[in-house]
Amino acid sequence: MDILSIIQQLGSGMITSIEIFFLTLVFALPLGLLIAFGRMSKIKIVQWIFKAYISIMRGTPLMLQLLVVYFGPYYLFEIKIAKWYRMVAVIIGFVLNYAAYFAEIYRAGIEAIPKGQYEAAKMLGYTKTQTFFKIIFPQVVKRILPPVTNETITLVKDTSLAFVIAVTEMFTLAKQIAANEASMVPFVAAGIFYYVFNLLVALVMEKFEKKLDYYR
Amino acid sequence: MNLLEMNHVSKTFDGLEVLKDISIQVKEGEVVSIIGPSGSGKSTILRCATMLETIDSGELTYLGRKAAWNEGGKAVYAAHNELKEIHRYYGLVFQNFNLFPHFNVLKNIIDAPVSVLKVPKEQAITEARELLKKLGLGDKEDYYPHQLSGGQQQRVSIARALALKPKILFFDEPTSALDPELTTEVLKVIKELAKEHMTMIIVTHEMQFAKEVSERIIFMENGYIQEEGTPEDIFNSENTRVKEFIGKLESR
Ligand SMILES: Nc1ncnc2c1ncn2[C@@H]1O[C@H](COP(=O)(O)OP(=O)(O)O)[C@@H](O)[C@H]1O
Ligand SMILES: [Mg+2]
Repeated sequence: MDILSIIQQLGSGMITSIEIFFLTLVFALPLGLLIAFGRMSKIKIVQWIFKAYISIMRGTPLMLQLLVVYFGPYYLFEIKIAKWYRMVAVIIGFVLNYAAYFAEIYRAGIEAIPKGQYEAAKMLGYTKTQTFFKIIFPQVVKRILPPVTNETITLVKDTSLAFVIAVTEMFTLAKQIAANEASMVPFVAAGIFYYVFNLLVALVMEKFEKKLDYYR
Repeated sequence: MNLLEMNHVSKTFDGLEVLKDISIQVKEGEVVSIIGPSGSGKSTILRCATMLETIDSGELTYLGRKAAWNEGGKAVYAAHNELKEIHRYYGLVFQNFNLFPHFNVLKNIIDAPVSVLKVPKEQAITEARELLKKLGLGDKEDYYPHQLSGGQQQRVSIARALALKPKILFFDEPTSALDPELTTEVLKVIKELAKEHMTMIIVTHEMQFAKEVSERIIFMENGYIQEEGTPEDIFNSENTRVKEFIGKLESR
Protein backbone atom coordinates (compact mmCIF):
# COMPACT_ATOMS: atom_id res chain seq x y z
CA MET A 1 0.00 0.00 0.00
CA ASP A 2 1.51 3.33 -0.97
CA ILE A 3 1.59 6.48 1.11
CA LEU A 4 -1.04 8.21 -0.94
CA SER A 5 -3.67 5.55 -0.37
CA ILE A 6 -2.79 5.43 3.30
CA ILE A 7 -3.37 9.15 3.56
CA GLN A 8 -6.59 8.70 1.63
CA GLN A 9 -7.77 6.10 4.08
CA LEU A 10 -6.75 8.32 6.99
CA GLY A 11 -8.67 11.17 5.43
CA SER A 12 -12.06 10.60 7.04
CA GLY A 13 -10.38 10.25 10.43
CA MET A 14 -8.56 13.50 9.88
CA ILE A 15 -11.83 15.24 9.20
CA THR A 16 -13.28 13.83 12.42
CA SER A 17 -10.23 15.04 14.37
CA ILE A 18 -10.54 18.49 12.86
CA GLU A 19 -14.25 18.54 13.68
CA ILE A 20 -13.60 17.63 17.30
CA PHE A 21 -10.96 20.36 17.43
CA PHE A 22 -13.10 23.17 16.05
CA LEU A 23 -16.34 22.26 17.80
CA THR A 24 -14.50 22.06 21.12
CA LEU A 25 -12.99 25.50 20.65
CA VAL A 26 -16.23 27.07 19.44
CA PHE A 27 -18.13 25.92 22.52
CA ALA A 28 -15.43 25.73 25.18
CA LEU A 29 -14.08 29.26 24.71
CA PRO A 30 -17.35 31.05 25.52
CA LEU A 31 -18.39 28.46 28.12
CA GLY A 32 -15.03 28.92 29.81
CA LEU A 33 -15.75 32.62 30.21
CA LEU A 34 -19.11 31.87 31.85
CA ILE A 35 -17.45 29.37 34.18
CA ALA A 36 -14.82 31.97 35.03
CA PHE A 37 -17.62 34.39 35.99
CA GLY A 38 -19.13 31.69 38.19
CA ARG A 39 -15.77 30.98 39.74
CA MET A 40 -15.32 34.70 40.50
CA SER A 41 -18.89 35.17 41.73
CA LYS A 42 -19.38 37.16 44.92
CA ILE A 43 -21.90 34.55 46.03
CA LYS A 44 -19.88 32.04 48.02
CA ILE A 45 -21.93 28.97 47.12
CA VAL A 46 -21.78 29.70 43.39
CA GLN A 47 -18.07 30.30 43.65
CA TRP A 48 -17.64 27.01 45.50
CA ILE A 49 -19.64 25.01 42.95
CA PHE A 50 -17.57 26.28 40.03
CA LYS A 51 -14.36 25.80 41.96
CA ALA A 52 -15.32 22.17 42.55
CA TYR A 53 -16.28 21.74 38.91
CA ILE A 54 -12.96 23.08 37.67
CA SER A 55 -11.07 21.01 40.19
CA ILE A 56 -12.78 17.79 39.08
CA MET A 57 -12.38 18.51 35.38
CA ARG A 58 -8.71 19.23 35.75
CA GLY A 59 -8.07 16.53 38.33
CA THR A 60 -9.42 13.50 36.44
CA PRO A 61 -8.40 12.08 33.05
CA LEU A 62 -10.25 13.36 30.03
CA MET A 63 -10.52 9.76 28.87
CA LEU A 64 -12.51 8.90 31.97
CA GLN A 65 -14.72 11.96 31.51
CA LEU A 66 -15.50 10.89 27.94
CA LEU A 67 -16.54 7.45 29.16
CA VAL A 68 -18.79 9.00 31.84
CA VAL A 69 -20.48 11.30 29.34
CA TYR A 70 -20.98 8.44 26.88
CA PHE A 71 -22.14 5.70 29.23
CA GLY A 72 -23.69 7.95 31.89
CA PRO A 73 -27.16 8.22 30.29
CA TYR A 74 -27.38 4.42 30.09
CA TYR A 75 -26.22 3.63 33.62
CA LEU A 76 -28.08 6.50 35.24
CA PHE A 77 -31.34 6.52 33.30
CA GLU A 78 -31.18 3.31 31.30
CA ILE A 79 -31.42 5.30 28.11
CA LYS A 80 -30.31 3.23 25.15
CA ILE A 81 -27.23 4.77 23.62
CA ALA A 82 -27.83 5.72 20.00
CA LYS A 83 -25.00 5.55 17.52
CA TRP A 84 -25.15 9.28 16.74
CA TYR A 85 -24.57 9.98 20.41
CA ARG A 86 -20.93 8.91 20.17
CA MET A 87 -19.72 12.02 18.42
CA VAL A 88 -22.03 14.19 20.53
CA ALA A 89 -20.60 12.64 23.69
CA VAL A 90 -17.08 13.34 22.47
CA ILE A 91 -17.89 16.99 21.89
CA ILE A 92 -19.71 17.35 25.22
CA GLY A 93 -16.83 15.70 27.06
CA PHE A 94 -14.17 17.78 25.35
CA VAL A 95 -16.11 21.02 25.80
CA LEU A 96 -16.78 20.41 29.51
CA ASN A 97 -13.13 19.57 30.07
CA TYR A 98 -11.55 22.33 28.04
CA ALA A 99 -13.96 24.98 29.31
CA ALA A 100 -12.61 24.29 32.80
CA TYR A 101 -9.05 24.91 31.66
CA PHE A 102 -10.06 28.01 29.70
CA ALA A 103 -12.00 29.29 32.73
CA GLU A 104 -8.85 29.31 34.82
CA ILE A 105 -6.97 31.08 32.04
CA TYR A 106 -9.70 33.73 31.77
CA ARG A 107 -9.75 34.16 35.51
CA ALA A 108 -6.02 34.72 35.72
CA GLY A 109 -6.29 37.18 32.82
CA ILE A 110 -9.18 39.10 34.35
CA GLU A 111 -7.55 39.26 37.77
CA ALA A 112 -4.35 40.61 36.21
CA ILE A 113 -6.07 43.75 34.93
CA PRO A 114 -5.17 46.64 37.27
CA LYS A 115 -7.93 47.92 39.52
CA GLY A 116 -7.30 51.41 38.10
CA GLN A 117 -8.86 50.37 34.79
CA TYR A 118 -12.17 49.62 36.52
CA GLU A 119 -11.97 52.81 38.54
CA ALA A 120 -11.22 54.95 35.50
CA ALA A 121 -14.14 53.34 33.65
CA LYS A 122 -16.44 53.92 36.60
CA MET A 123 -15.31 57.53 36.82
CA LEU A 124 -16.16 58.02 33.14
CA GLY A 125 -19.63 56.63 33.65
CA TYR A 126 -19.35 53.31 31.81
CA THR A 127 -21.86 50.68 32.89
CA LYS A 128 -20.52 47.40 34.27
CA THR A 129 -21.25 45.65 30.97
CA GLN A 130 -19.56 48.37 28.93
CA THR A 131 -16.59 48.30 31.26
CA PHE A 132 -16.15 44.59 30.83
CA PHE A 133 -16.59 44.36 27.08
CA LYS A 134 -14.93 47.64 26.03
CA ILE A 135 -12.18 48.05 28.57
CA ILE A 136 -11.39 44.82 30.36
CA PHE A 137 -12.04 41.95 27.97
CA PRO A 138 -9.90 43.23 25.05
CA GLN A 139 -6.97 43.53 27.44
CA VAL A 140 -7.68 40.08 28.84
CA VAL A 141 -7.60 38.57 25.35
CA LYS A 142 -4.15 39.96 24.74
CA ARG A 143 -2.85 38.60 28.01
CA ILE A 144 -4.28 35.12 27.66
CA LEU A 145 -3.21 34.37 24.10
CA PRO A 146 -0.03 32.49 25.11
CA PRO A 147 -1.73 30.11 27.60
CA VAL A 148 -4.66 29.65 25.21
CA THR A 149 -2.18 28.68 22.50
CA ASN A 150 -0.75 26.03 24.83
CA GLU A 151 -4.17 24.59 25.55
CA THR A 152 -5.08 24.61 21.88
CA ILE A 153 -1.96 22.66 20.98
CA THR A 154 -2.79 20.13 23.68
CA LEU A 155 -6.31 19.91 22.27
CA VAL A 156 -4.98 18.90 18.84
CA LYS A 157 -3.20 15.95 20.37
CA ASP A 158 -6.05 15.15 22.75
CA THR A 159 -8.48 14.61 19.86
CA SER A 160 -7.01 11.11 19.61
CA LEU A 161 -8.67 10.26 22.93
CA ALA A 162 -12.02 10.07 21.15
CA PHE A 163 -11.11 6.48 20.33
CA VAL A 164 -12.23 5.37 23.82
CA ILE A 165 -15.83 5.64 22.79
CA ALA A 166 -15.13 4.29 19.34
CA VAL A 167 -15.27 7.52 17.42
CA THR A 168 -12.96 6.83 14.54
CA GLU A 169 -10.80 9.90 14.53
CA MET A 170 -7.54 9.77 12.71
CA PHE A 171 -5.44 7.90 15.22
CA THR A 172 -7.93 5.04 15.42
CA LEU A 173 -7.70 4.60 11.66
CA ALA A 174 -3.92 4.79 11.73
CA LYS A 175 -3.85 1.96 14.26
CA GLN A 176 -6.21 -0.18 12.18
CA ILE A 177 -4.31 0.32 8.97
CA ALA A 178 -1.00 -0.25 10.69
CA ALA A 179 -2.27 -3.55 12.06
CA ASN A 180 -3.72 -4.68 8.72
CA GLU A 181 -0.69 -3.76 6.69
CA ALA A 182 1.89 -4.56 9.35
CA SER A 183 3.47 -1.20 8.60
CA MET A 184 4.73 1.80 10.55
CA VAL A 185 3.86 4.19 7.74
CA PRO A 186 0.33 5.02 9.00
CA PHE A 187 1.78 6.05 12.35
CA VAL A 188 4.37 8.24 10.70
CA ALA A 189 1.60 9.81 8.60
CA ALA A 190 -0.48 10.35 11.75
CA GLY A 191 2.47 11.98 13.48
CA ILE A 192 3.01 14.29 10.55
CA PHE A 193 -0.68 15.18 10.55
CA TYR A 194 -0.69 16.24 14.21
CA TYR A 195 2.56 18.09 13.78
CA VAL A 196 1.43 20.06 10.74
CA PHE A 197 -1.91 20.75 12.39
CA ASN A 198 -0.11 22.21 15.38
CA LEU A 199 2.23 24.21 13.20
CA LEU A 200 -0.82 25.83 11.68
CA VAL A 201 -2.33 26.46 15.11
CA ALA A 202 0.89 28.10 16.29
CA LEU A 203 1.03 30.17 13.12
CA VAL A 204 -2.52 31.43 13.48
CA MET A 205 -2.06 32.24 17.15
CA GLU A 206 1.14 34.09 16.37
CA LYS A 207 -0.81 36.17 13.85
CA PHE A 208 -3.31 37.07 16.56
CA GLU A 209 -0.53 38.01 18.96
CA LYS A 210 1.11 40.18 16.31
CA LYS A 211 -2.21 41.84 15.64
CA LEU A 212 -2.52 42.83 19.28
CA ASP A 213 1.06 44.02 19.44
CA TYR A 214 0.05 47.62 18.83
CA TYR A 215 -0.33 48.36 22.54
CA ARG A 216 1.20 47.37 25.82
CA MET B 1 -25.22 77.19 46.57
CA ASN B 2 -22.10 75.15 47.10
CA LEU B 3 -21.04 72.93 44.25
CA LEU B 4 -19.71 70.31 46.63
CA GLU B 5 -20.56 69.75 50.25
CA MET B 6 -19.10 67.04 52.40
CA ASN B 7 -20.50 67.29 55.90
CA HIS B 8 -19.23 65.34 58.92
CA VAL B 9 -17.95 62.52 56.76
CA SER B 10 -16.26 59.61 58.41
CA LYS B 11 -14.81 56.48 56.91
CA THR B 12 -13.33 53.38 58.49
CA PHE B 13 -11.16 50.72 56.86
CA ASP B 14 -10.95 47.46 58.80
CA GLY B 15 -11.49 49.17 62.14
CA LEU B 16 -9.11 52.02 61.33
CA GLU B 17 -10.83 55.39 61.21
CA VAL B 18 -9.26 57.00 58.16
CA LEU B 19 -11.55 60.03 57.88
CA LYS B 20 -12.87 61.68 61.00
CA ASP B 21 -15.68 64.20 60.79
CA ILE B 22 -14.51 65.76 57.55
CA SER B 23 -16.41 68.77 56.25
CA ILE B 24 -15.49 70.50 53.02
CA GLN B 25 -17.49 73.04 51.06
CA VAL B 26 -16.52 74.12 47.60
CA LYS B 27 -18.13 76.90 45.62
CA GLU B 28 -18.29 77.03 41.86
CA GLY B 29 -15.02 78.32 40.40
CA GLU B 30 -13.00 77.64 43.54
CA VAL B 31 -9.66 75.85 43.56
CA VAL B 32 -8.90 74.00 46.78
CA SER B 33 -5.69 72.13 47.51
CA ILE B 34 -5.35 69.35 50.04
CA ILE B 35 -1.93 68.80 51.53
CA GLY B 36 -0.65 66.63 54.34
CA PRO B 37 1.59 63.69 55.11
CA SER B 38 1.22 60.36 53.37
CA GLY B 39 -1.46 58.15 54.90
CA SER B 40 -3.38 61.12 56.32
CA GLY B 41 -6.49 60.34 54.27
CA LYS B 42 -6.19 62.72 51.33
CA SER B 43 -6.88 60.11 48.65
CA THR B 44 -9.69 58.68 50.71
CA ILE B 45 -11.41 62.07 50.75
CA LEU B 46 -11.32 62.18 46.95
CA ARG B 47 -12.38 58.55 46.66
CA CYS B 48 -15.34 59.19 48.94
CA ALA B 49 -16.28 62.40 47.14
CA THR B 50 -16.19 60.56 43.79
CA MET B 51 -17.99 57.54 45.21
CA LEU B 52 -15.19 55.09 44.53
CA GLU B 53 -15.56 54.41 48.25
CA THR B 54 -18.73 54.65 50.31
CA ILE B 55 -18.78 56.80 53.42
CA ASP B 56 -19.80 55.33 56.76
CA SER B 57 -21.59 58.43 58.00
CA GLY B 58 -22.05 62.02 56.97
CA GLU B 59 -23.42 63.81 53.96
CA LEU B 60 -22.33 64.19 50.38
CA THR B 61 -24.07 66.77 48.23
CA TYR B 62 -23.46 68.16 44.76
CA LEU B 63 -25.30 71.35 43.81
CA GLY B 64 -27.92 70.67 46.42
CA ARG B 65 -28.55 67.13 45.22
CA LYS B 66 -27.93 64.68 47.97
CA ALA B 67 -25.84 61.68 47.05
CA ALA B 68 -25.58 60.43 50.62
CA TRP B 69 -27.02 61.48 53.98
CA ASN B 70 -27.32 60.22 57.51
CA GLU B 71 -30.14 57.98 58.60
CA GLY B 72 -29.93 56.62 62.10
CA GLY B 73 -26.28 57.61 62.38
CA LYS B 74 -25.28 55.81 59.19
CA ALA B 75 -24.90 57.11 55.67
CA VAL B 76 -27.43 55.99 53.08
CA TYR B 77 -27.04 56.63 49.37
CA ALA B 78 -29.50 57.94 46.81
CA ALA B 79 -31.08 55.64 44.24
CA HIS B 80 -28.95 54.36 41.36
CA ASN B 81 -30.37 56.75 38.75
CA GLU B 82 -29.94 59.80 40.94
CA LEU B 83 -26.34 58.79 41.66
CA LYS B 84 -25.72 58.35 37.96
CA GLU B 85 -26.84 61.90 37.29
CA ILE B 86 -24.88 63.33 40.19
CA HIS B 87 -21.87 61.43 38.88
CA ARG B 88 -21.88 63.63 35.81
CA TYR B 89 -21.01 66.67 37.90
CA TYR B 90 -17.49 65.47 38.64
CA GLY B 91 -14.39 63.82 37.22
CA LEU B 92 -11.22 62.43 38.76
CA VAL B 93 -7.64 62.50 37.51
CA PHE B 94 -5.58 59.66 38.93
CA GLN B 95 -1.99 59.67 40.10
CA ASN B 96 -1.06 56.94 37.63
CA PHE B 97 -3.31 58.14 34.79
CA ASN B 98 -5.21 54.87 34.24
CA LEU B 99 -5.51 55.50 30.53
CA PHE B 100 -6.93 52.64 28.49
CA PRO B 101 -3.85 51.08 26.87
CA HIS B 102 -5.72 49.52 23.94
CA PHE B 103 -7.29 52.82 22.86
CA ASN B 104 -5.30 55.51 21.12
CA VAL B 105 -5.31 59.03 22.51
CA LEU B 106 -8.34 60.17 20.55
CA LYS B 107 -10.39 57.12 21.45
CA ASN B 108 -9.42 57.44 25.10
CA ILE B 109 -10.99 60.87 25.02
CA ILE B 110 -14.06 60.40 22.83
CA ASP B 111 -15.18 56.94 23.88
CA ALA B 112 -16.93 57.95 27.09
CA PRO B 113 -18.71 60.98 25.60
CA VAL B 114 -19.89 58.85 22.69
CA SER B 115 -20.82 55.62 24.45
CA VAL B 116 -21.90 57.04 27.81
CA LEU B 117 -23.31 60.49 27.07
CA LYS B 118 -24.35 59.62 23.49
CA VAL B 119 -22.63 62.67 22.02
CA PRO B 120 -22.51 62.36 18.21
CA LYS B 121 -19.12 60.97 17.24
CA GLU B 122 -18.23 63.82 14.89
CA GLN B 123 -18.91 66.37 17.58
CA ALA B 124 -16.95 64.38 20.16
CA ILE B 125 -13.97 64.23 17.80
CA THR B 126 -14.08 67.95 17.12
CA GLU B 127 -14.21 68.73 20.82
CA ALA B 128 -11.48 66.22 21.64
CA ARG B 129 -9.18 67.79 19.05
CA GLU B 130 -9.76 71.22 20.57
CA LEU B 131 -8.93 69.87 24.00
CA LEU B 132 -5.80 68.14 22.73
CA LYS B 133 -4.64 71.30 21.06
CA LYS B 134 -5.24 73.29 24.20
CA LEU B 135 -3.24 70.81 26.27
CA GLY B 136 -0.36 70.82 23.80
CA LEU B 137 -1.07 67.37 22.40
CA GLY B 138 -2.42 68.39 19.01
CA ASP B 139 -0.15 65.98 17.14
CA LYS B 140 -0.65 62.98 19.42
CA GLU B 141 -4.18 61.80 18.72
CA ASP B 142 -3.09 58.60 16.95
CA TYR B 143 -0.55 57.61 19.60
CA TYR B 144 -1.12 54.84 22.10
CA PRO B 145 -0.52 55.59 25.77
CA HIS B 146 2.67 53.52 25.95
CA GLN B 147 4.18 55.71 23.22
CA LEU B 148 3.81 58.85 25.35
CA SER B 149 5.81 60.29 28.23
CA GLY B 150 4.25 60.32 31.69
CA GLY B 151 3.54 64.02 31.41
CA GLN B 152 1.80 63.54 28.09
CA GLN B 153 -0.19 60.61 29.45
CA GLN B 154 -1.34 62.68 32.40
CA ARG B 155 -2.41 65.49 30.08
CA VAL B 156 -4.38 62.99 28.00
CA SER B 157 -6.07 61.76 31.14
CA ILE B 158 -6.96 65.35 32.04
CA ALA B 159 -8.39 65.79 28.53
CA ARG B 160 -10.33 62.55 28.96
CA ALA B 161 -11.88 63.87 32.16
CA LEU B 162 -12.61 67.29 30.66
CA ALA B 163 -14.30 65.78 27.62
CA LEU B 164 -17.25 64.86 29.84
CA LYS B 165 -17.57 68.52 30.87
CA PRO B 166 -17.60 68.00 34.63
CA LYS B 167 -18.48 70.87 36.91
CA ILE B 168 -15.74 69.89 39.33
CA LEU B 169 -12.51 68.01 38.76
CA PHE B 170 -10.59 66.15 41.44
CA PHE B 171 -6.86 65.51 41.11
CA ASP B 172 -5.10 62.93 43.27
CA GLU B 173 -1.41 63.79 43.25
CA PRO B 174 -1.42 64.30 39.47
CA THR B 175 2.35 64.77 39.28
CA SER B 176 3.61 62.30 41.87
CA ALA B 177 4.40 59.67 39.26
CA LEU B 178 6.31 62.14 37.09
CA ASP B 179 9.90 63.35 36.83
CA PRO B 180 10.36 67.00 37.83
CA GLU B 181 10.69 68.22 34.25
CA LEU B 182 7.43 66.52 33.29
CA THR B 183 5.71 67.81 36.40
CA THR B 184 5.94 71.38 35.15
CA GLU B 185 3.99 70.73 31.96
CA VAL B 186 1.14 69.11 33.87
CA LEU B 187 1.00 71.84 36.51
CA LYS B 188 0.92 74.40 33.73
CA VAL B 189 -2.20 72.79 32.32
CA ILE B 190 -3.89 72.79 35.71
CA LYS B 191 -3.00 76.45 36.25
CA GLU B 192 -4.51 77.18 32.86
CA LEU B 193 -7.75 75.49 33.96
CA ALA B 194 -7.72 77.51 37.18
CA LYS B 195 -7.53 80.69 35.13
CA GLU B 196 -10.66 79.58 33.30
CA HIS B 197 -12.35 79.13 36.68
CA MET B 198 -12.64 75.38 36.51
CA THR B 199 -13.65 74.18 39.96
CA MET B 200 -10.94 71.86 41.25
CA ILE B 201 -9.84 70.00 44.33
CA ILE B 202 -6.19 69.04 44.09
CA VAL B 203 -4.24 66.73 46.36
CA THR B 204 -0.61 67.71 45.89
CA HIS B 205 2.84 67.83 47.41
CA GLU B 206 3.85 70.75 45.20
CA MET B 207 3.74 73.56 47.74
CA GLN B 208 4.66 76.40 45.41
CA PHE B 209 1.99 75.28 42.97
CA ALA B 210 -0.63 74.94 45.72
CA LYS B 211 0.17 78.43 46.91
CA GLU B 212 -0.15 79.87 43.43
CA VAL B 213 -3.22 78.10 42.23
CA SER B 214 -5.54 77.70 45.22
CA GLU B 215 -8.03 79.96 46.90
CA ARG B 216 -7.93 77.65 49.88
CA ILE B 217 -5.60 75.02 51.27
CA ILE B 218 -6.64 72.20 53.56
CA PHE B 219 -4.02 70.55 55.74
CA MET B 220 -4.83 66.95 56.67
CA GLU B 221 -3.29 64.79 59.33
CA ASN B 222 -4.39 61.47 60.82
CA GLY B 223 -7.77 61.67 59.15
CA TYR B 224 -8.54 65.12 60.48
CA ILE B 225 -8.61 68.48 58.80
CA GLN B 226 -6.00 70.12 61.01
CA GLU B 227 -6.07 73.50 59.41
CA GLU B 228 -7.84 75.22 56.57
CA GLY B 229 -7.37 78.67 55.10
CA THR B 230 -6.01 80.86 52.35
CA PRO B 231 -2.51 80.00 51.13
CA GLU B 232 -1.31 82.92 53.21
CA ASP B 233 -2.94 81.56 56.35
CA ILE B 234 -1.44 78.15 55.83
CA PHE B 235 2.06 79.26 54.90
CA ASN B 236 2.16 81.61 57.90
CA SER B 237 0.47 79.15 60.23
CA GLU B 238 1.55 78.98 63.86
CA ASN B 239 0.54 75.32 63.99
CA THR B 240 3.83 73.45 64.44
CA ARG B 241 2.66 70.40 62.49
CA VAL B 242 1.72 72.55 59.51
CA LYS B 243 4.96 74.51 59.73
CA GLU B 244 7.03 71.35 59.96
CA PHE B 245 5.27 69.75 57.01
CA ILE B 246 5.56 72.77 54.74
CA GLY B 247 9.14 73.39 55.78
CA LYS B 248 10.10 69.84 54.92
CA LEU B 249 8.56 69.99 51.44
CA GLU B 250 9.80 73.46 50.57
CA SER B 251 13.38 72.63 51.47
CA ARG B 252 13.36 69.65 49.07
N1 LIG C 1 -8.81 50.19 50.59
C1 LIG C 1 -8.20 50.35 51.78
N2 LIG C 1 -8.26 49.36 52.70
C2 LIG C 1 -7.68 49.54 53.91
N3 LIG C 1 -7.03 50.63 54.30
C3 LIG C 1 -6.94 51.66 53.42
C4 LIG C 1 -7.51 51.56 52.12
N4 LIG C 1 -7.28 52.72 51.46
C5 LIG C 1 -6.58 53.51 52.32
N5 LIG C 1 -6.37 52.86 53.49
C6 LIG C 1 -5.67 53.43 54.66
O1 LIG C 1 -6.24 54.68 54.94
C7 LIG C 1 -5.27 55.59 55.35
C8 LIG C 1 -5.32 56.83 54.49
O2 LIG C 1 -4.95 56.51 53.18
P1 LIG C 1 -4.96 57.53 51.99
O3 LIG C 1 -6.27 58.20 51.94
O4 LIG C 1 -4.52 56.80 50.78
O5 LIG C 1 -3.86 58.56 52.46
P2 LIG C 1 -3.08 59.65 51.60
O6 LIG C 1 -3.70 59.74 50.27
O7 LIG C 1 -3.18 60.89 52.41
O8 LIG C 1 -1.66 59.17 51.54
C9 LIG C 1 -3.93 54.87 55.31
O9 LIG C 1 -3.62 54.43 56.60
C10 LIG C 1 -4.20 53.71 54.40
O10 LIG C 1 -3.39 52.63 54.73
MG1 LIG D 1 -2.87 59.35 48.37
